[in-house]
Amino acid sequence: MTAGRLTVGHRLALSAAALPLLVAAPALAAGPRPHQTQQQQQSGGDDLVTRGQELYQVGCVSCHGVDGRGVEERGPTLEEAGPASADFYLSSGRMPAASGAGQPGRKEPVYDADQRAALVAYVSTLGQGPPIPDIDPARGDLALGQQLYTANCAACHNSAGSGGALGQAIYAPALYPATELQVGEAVRVGPGSMPGFNEQQLNQQQLDSVVLFVTHLQDPVDRGGLPLGRVGPVPEGLVAWLVGLGLIVVAIRWIGTRDAVSLTPEPAEAAEAAEATETTGDPSVGGDEQGSSP
Amino acid sequence: MFLRLLRWFDDRVGGARFGRQALDRIFPDHWSFMLGEVALYCFISLVATGTYLTFFFEPSVREVTYDGSYAPLQGVEMSAAYRSALDISFEHRAGLVMRQMHHWSALVFLASMTVHLGRVFFTGAYRRPRELNWLIGVTLLVSSIANGFLGYSLLDDLLSGTGLRVAYAITLSIPLLGPDLAFGLFGGEFPAESIIPRFYTLHVLILPAVIAVLLGAHLALVWRQKHTQFPGPGRTEDNIVGSRLWPAYAAKSAGLFFIVLAVLAGLGGLAQINPIWVYGPFRSGLAVTAVSSASQPDWYMGWLDGALRLWPGWEPTVGGYSVPNPFLPAVVLPGLFFTLLYLWPFLEARFTRDRRPHNLLDRARDAPTRAGIGAAVVAVYGVLFLAGSNDVTAGALNIAPERLTTLYRVLVFVAPAVAFGLTRRICRELGRRPVRPVAGMPTHTIVRTATGGYETVPDPESASAASSSSSGGEL
Repeated sequence: MTAGRLTVGHRLALSAAALPLLVAAPALAAGPRPHQTQQQQQSGGDDLVTRGQELYQVGCVSCHGVDGRGVEERGPTLEEAGPASADFYLSSGRMPAASGAGQPGRKEPVYDADQRAALVAYVSTLGQGPPIPDIDPARGDLALGQQLYTANCAACHNSAGSGGALGQAIYAPALYPATELQVGEAVRVGPGSMPGFNEQQLNQQQLDSVVLFVTHLQDPVDRGGLPLGRVGPVPEGLVAWLVGLGLIVVAIRWIGTRDAVSLTPEPAEAAEAAEATETTGDPSVGGDEQGSSP
Repeated sequence: MFLRLLRWFDDRVGGARFGRQALDRIFPDHWSFMLGEVALYCFISLVATGTYLTFFFEPSVREVTYDGSYAPLQGVEMSAAYRSALDISFEHRAGLVMRQMHHWSALVFLASMTVHLGRVFFTGAYRRPRELNWLIGVTLLVSSIANGFLGYSLLDDLLSGTGLRVAYAITLSIPLLGPDLAFGLFGGEFPAESIIPRFYTLHVLILPAVIAVLLGAHLALVWRQKHTQFPGPGRTEDNIVGSRLWPAYAAKSAGLFFIVLAVLAGLGGLAQINPIWVYGPFRSGLAVTAVSSASQPDWYMGWLDGALRLWPGWEPTVGGYSVPNPFLPAVVLPGLFFTLLYLWPFLEARFTRDRRPHNLLDRARDAPTRAGIGAAVVAVYGVLFLAGSNDVTAGALNIAPERLTTLYRVLVFVAPAVAFGLTRRICRELGRRPVRPVAGMPTHTIVRTATGGYETVPDPESASAASSSSSGGEL
């Protein structure tokens, strides 16, 4: 996969560039840091954060900067990212990004679960941001989820969850590969151009309902045959023309004569038909109508 | 017994003579002449499946609460129309396959009409004396497009509601008359309650009746004026070469009927179309302002949607009145297109000064300018059609929609120009060349010699030799 290869190359280049930083990392961690205080309260403690910081200095620092304050024209600040955002981007493989340009796409996660936990712990020390939500679709209501989804999500992600193009290098991804937690995180965080929904806008039960409906979209009650990509009338029209009319045209080419000129007019029939043809006006010359071309 | 009954009828009603003559009618059987028949059979399928659907559909916006078997909508408030469409899809026996067959039939109906129109156009079949049938045909096309849109709007799902909203806005955009016209057609401020019952009457009664009557007239005129045929050996302006209605042509046509129905039923059973449960109800508390991405009309309205999408955000002011933005692309453009389509036979007769009757068809190459104009129209139509699906194609091709829109804005002018020039050129080239069908297929006679060997002797005058020696009908 291209994305995977790029990522490896990217990381190799990064680690080479960040070698001096790596050496300096323990010293930095020990020194007085502005955000260090918040991290103290978290369970898992220093170890996790330190480990996360080490990973950060290798894989993230080139775009997000040494203190997570971002690098101009490379990556945004992480000071308001928080755990939900970090977990969403890392677990869906969107970060580290395959390339600097455009919207980061979903791919296989680069870090395993432990590494991600460490990175999330570290990123949450950088500032304030939404916590990882507690998602349990079983608490949700499917019909409520359908309504909320239709009102808030379908305009970009499509009624069927198949996603869609939005603008210059921006698209709403299909929701089919997303996990329940990732859906919940995305709703709370609002990654990229997506709006985020906080507790006041969407309470816990509503969020659970939306997630429940999205899991339904991933495995829908689907009657009627092949779903044709779930993007509405465009593929339907294509199938009507290519398969529907296409098959019929094959059939009529089989039934009818194919040459514009049939080479074997049956004399008897032609003569008989000629008798029955008085209404067609004055007979003019047959064959090519030179005069008729405009 | 059966014969006696027939004779009894014939004594009182007559018609045996007509019947006998009718059965001997000759029909030219080039495959492209069957496209119109395909449309006819799609119409039959539409009437049959549509009738079944009327048993279960409730054309009303009465508010109900859904309690059927589709879980994500249980307990949701919706219109009775949408609920009955859900019930057709989930509860009634064969409901969904009939609904899907109905929808596929509509799409293929209009597709076959369009291709039939193209065949008639490119072969010049509309020339005197058939201008009247051209007018009937175009009216059939317009009524069928209208009826397709009405049918799609009846179900009151989110997608069709979005379509109706657009149609309402377009009607509003007509200068001076707009608001009155919109209120009159839709029965009040959008989304008025009378839309669904009103459209239902139009969809199942009035427009089908109009289509059926026009279809009858269309066929009667073909019968009366006789079908056109391609030029060829033994074919003149005043004869017809083909198969007899009975039994050859009737068998072919009946076979075609079953093939068309098989294809439509196959699609209806195997390919999902318009899954309204996915879109959700249009009239429901939370969803009334909602819209889904990839909201497109059915294909036959796609080019108008494309015109709306390509049109820049201009609102010119004319004489103190501002002309609403959708007016030009969505009212004037189709108005102009269909006016030109109606007038085409008369325009061509005027420009070519050819007012002679024609029963022999042109091939496209025989009239390069006409072919070029046709190709240009197809090109514009194609570009607008693609533009109507810009968000879906952008997603599929991974190109930004804005970039596609810019591309289409250029293409909508460039593509027809190129298509016109290229087609005219190709037609002229082909016209200069003696091509196989006109020259006649080279034929050979195999002669067995006295010694038992075989010899192949090329026929001196292939075409005439073939016709005189052939015994069995048409190839």
